[in-house]
This record gives sequence, C-alpha cells and structure tokens, in this order.
Amino acid sequence: MNKTKKIAGSLGIPYMIWAAFFIIVPLIMVFWYGLTDADGHFTFANVAAIANPAHSKAFLMALLLSLIATLVCLVLAYPLSLFLVQTQKDSSSSLTMLLIIPMWMNFLLRTYAWQSLLEKTGVINTFLSSLGLAPLRMINTPGAIILGMVYNFLPFMILPVYNSLAKIDENVVNAARDLGAAPGQTLLKVIFPLSLPGVISGITMVFIPALTTFVVSSLLGGGKILLIGNVIEQEFMVAYDWNLGSGLSLVLLVFIIISVVVSAFTDRGEEA
Amino acid sequence: MRNHVRFKGIKKLYIALIFIFMYAPIAMLIVQSFNKSKSRGHWGGFTLSWYRSLFTNADIGQAFVNTILLALLSSVIAVVLGTMACICMSRMRKTPRTVMTGITNIPMLNADIVTGVSFMLLFLTLRIQFGFGTILLAHITFNIPYVILSVMPRYRELNPHIYEAALDLGASPVYAFFKTVLPEIMPSILSGGLMAFTMSIDDFIITHFTAGAGVHTLSTKIYSEVKLGIKPEMYALSAMIFLSVLVLLTLVQRGSNMLGVGGKED
Repeated sequence: MNKTKKIAGSLGIPYMIWAAFFIIVPLIMVFWYGLTDADGHFTFANVAAIANPAHSKAFLMALLLSLIATLVCLVLAYPLSLFLVQTQKDSSSSLTMLLIIPMWMNFLLRTYAWQSLLEKTGVINTFLSSLGLAPLRMINTPGAIILGMVYNFLPFMILPVYNSLAKIDENVVNAARDLGAAPGQTLLKVIFPLSLPGVISGITMVFIPALTTFVVSSLLGGGKILLIGNVIEQEFMVAYDWNLGSGLSLVLLVFIIISVVVSAFTDRGEEA
Repeated sequence: MRNHVRFKGIKKLYIALIFIFMYAPIAMLIVQSFNKSKSRGHWGGFTLSWYRSLFTNADIGQAFVNTILLALLSSVIAVVLGTMACICMSRMRKTPRTVMTGITNIPMLNADIVTGVSFMLLFLTLRIQFGFGTILLAHITFNIPYVILSVMPRYRELNPHIYEAALDLGASPVYAFFKTVLPEIMPSILSGGLMAFTMSIDDFIITHFTAGAGVHTLSTKIYSEVKLGIKPEMYALSAMIFLSVLVLLTLVQRGSNMLGVGGKED
C-alpha cells in the first residue's frame, strides 16, 4: 500500500519540474526584464513608459475596444444561452462541439475572411447594394476590430454563461412564478443573480484576450489602429527592446491578476 | 398561445443568426478555395486548380507537416504528463493541491501575448536555438492544463476500492492501474487530448514568439502572407483540414452514440 502511495506521489514530479521551469521561471523573466534597464540596473522606467503618449493612446484604445467587445459578447451570449437552455436540455456537449468546430479553421484565416466580407466591394456590401441600401464602411475602423474581437471570443462568453444557466434548478424558477413573479422579474431577480458566476467568468475570458490582442487589430484595422498588444509585439519582434516590451507586459499582467482574483472570488461564492 | 408560438420562432431565429455569424467566415473561405479569381470577394468561376497546385507547394506542405507534428507531439506528451500529474495531485493535501491547481491555471488565464513573450525571454536568456523544439516546449506547456482540467474531475470520482481490490488479488500497481483505472478515465483523457490538439493547431500568438526565423507553422505562414495577400492554396488546404476533421469527429461521435445505445439495451 505504501509503495503505491510513493509511486503515485512521484508521478507528479515530472510535471512539477515542468511547471516550475516553463510556467514560473518565464514569468519571473518578464518581471526581471520589465524592472531592469539594458545594463541590468533596477528601474521603473519600462513600466512608467505606459504614460508615454503613443503607448497610453494604444492602451486606452485597447481598453475601450475590449470593453465594448466584452459588453457586446455578453449582450449576444446571454439571450442565446437562455434560449438554448429553454429549448434543448442536455445539449451542452453538442453546443460545445458547435463552438469548437470553427477552431479547426485557422483563426487568422477566419479573421482575415472578415476582410472579404466587410471590404468596400465585399460580400456584405454587394448584398446591401443589391437591396438598394447604403454600403457599410466598416473595414479598417475601430468598429471592424470590435467585430473581430466579438467574433473570435464570443464562444468564451457563451460556454460559461450557458453552463451556469443550465445548472439552475428549474424548481427555483417555478417557485418564483408560482409566487407571482412576472417573467421579467424572474429573470432579473432569480435567474440573473444565479448565473452571475458564469457571467463574470465569461467577462474575464473575453476581456483579457481582447485587451491584449495584436492580431485582430493588425488584420482588421488596416495597420492604422495600434492597440497595446501591437506595441508590445513590435517592441519584441521589430525594435528588440525586450526591457520596454516586458515593462508594458507587466501593465497587462496587472489587469490579468485583477480578473483572476475577481473570478476566483465569485467561484468561491458559488461553492459556499 | 399564438404569442407563445411566435416567441419560440423568434428564439430559433436568434439562435440561427448567431450561428450564421459564427460560420459565415468559414463558408466564405471554403467558397474562396474554389474561386478562379485570385482577388477576394470577386467570383471568377469554379476551379479546382488551387487544390491541384497545393500538392506541389513545398512551403505550405512543410508548414502543414510542422503544424500536425506539433499538435500530435504536444498533445500526446501533455496527455502523459497531465494524467500523471492528476494521479499525484488528487492525493495531495488541500494546500499543496490548491497551489498546484493555481499554477496549472496560469497558462490558461494569462494573456497569450504575455505567455508568448515570457517563453521568448526564457529561450533568449538560456540561449536556446529558436525552432521546432522551442515551439514544441511552449505548446506542451499550454496544453497540459486542458488535459488536467478534463481528467482531474473524472479521476477524483473513481471508486478507489476497485484498484485496491486488484492489488489484493495480486496485481502489480502498474498492471492494476492499466486494467482498472485507465479504462475508466480514458474518455476524459481523450477529450482533454482533443482539446489540447485543437488548441495547438489553432495557436498563433505563442508560436509567433517562439518560432524564430526558419520554421513556419500554418499560422505563422498565413500571418507572414497577410500583407501581400494570402495564397488561394492556403484556403484550399484549410478547407480540406476543416472538412476532414469535421467528418472524422462526426464518425467518432456516431460510433460512440451507437455504442452508447447498445450499452443501454443490455
């Protein structure tokens, strides 16, 4: 019996070494580079560089667009999840499938395809003009970037919201109705509060990738709109200023840590 | 009553619209792969020539092989390491287990760009040559959490007495594991592995920071082509990958459904 325990315990060692070396150490590196200058002296300059007008503009733009995209995702995903729960019970695995299937088509190509759909003489505008409607001037605007963010990250909102809604005991909803609550009241006072953990986890799962993306903006923004992700990517891959790039990444890390803490708290609330 | 019916129609329409939104670009790409005209959004007639020239394009072929090899190797290694970690972690006391789970969640919760640059800094500092190996290390790392997330709940639900009974009946621990535990957790290992495989195939950002100059996957190849216009062969290849995975998965699903029905009748 003791032997078994020892074997079981030692099975985790490879992963622990792996995690230390490839999860913890790389993160320490980001802090190390972010808080030192090119000569290795301690400095806050790389983090403070976020206040530099070009950087802060990119950062505020990313913040604005990702907040709008997160809100749009929530507004689209909540009714969808609600309708799916109401119309088909036990469709969780096929829903997951339907949302994962697009991932087998390369994510850059899918985003790039929106260029063909949105551009001046693209599919959507051809369709609109055949109906005699005014063309949509969306490509290379912040609107196109928001659309790309919503398109790419919507599944990350749908899945947690759907799961939290599917978990709600139907009897609770029925009880609210029996006690005279109108459908709107039931939704606001019973269903929504119970689904809050899913909503918050969805918000963090959409907000973080949207805030930090550089791909959506470079594919749909026409290279004119820089987000903080683009700035960091260029510092690393073009300017080779790893210290500055790491310093700006630390700013993102603050937002990531906040969102992790927030979702951890709501998770605990759910368990209790 | 009539109102109710109408509302149901609206619900269905809404669901349909969202899924049209999700699948429209994919339809667009598949149509594009048969388009004679090279310019996007302009239909020049039906052709299979992109599919033909795809097979003589060595660059795309190499990127495709790299992508598949990376996805296979990284998901298999992640499955092995992750499953071993689950066995160990489920026996830990609460505090160390919480710490390990927290560390495991980091690659999933962290932004891809931060994960990507953190790997880049690690490899730069250690002066490791960027290439296939560095991408593989990164992919294994972000794949392991998906395996653990899938296997852990199933493993903790297992009845430990079955394994102990096997030991009492004289099985060696390893033999007992392969005969009693592994078959039980196999479905969760497979779904975790599939998730890992998908994540690896679809990844661009982390690969971008760990690939270096010489090696391309399909993602990095596409990104490098974006400015000049993506070659139509790429659409053809993606359409083929997409449809073959779709067919494969549908067959697997059918198969397991039929088995499931058979099981219920017993």
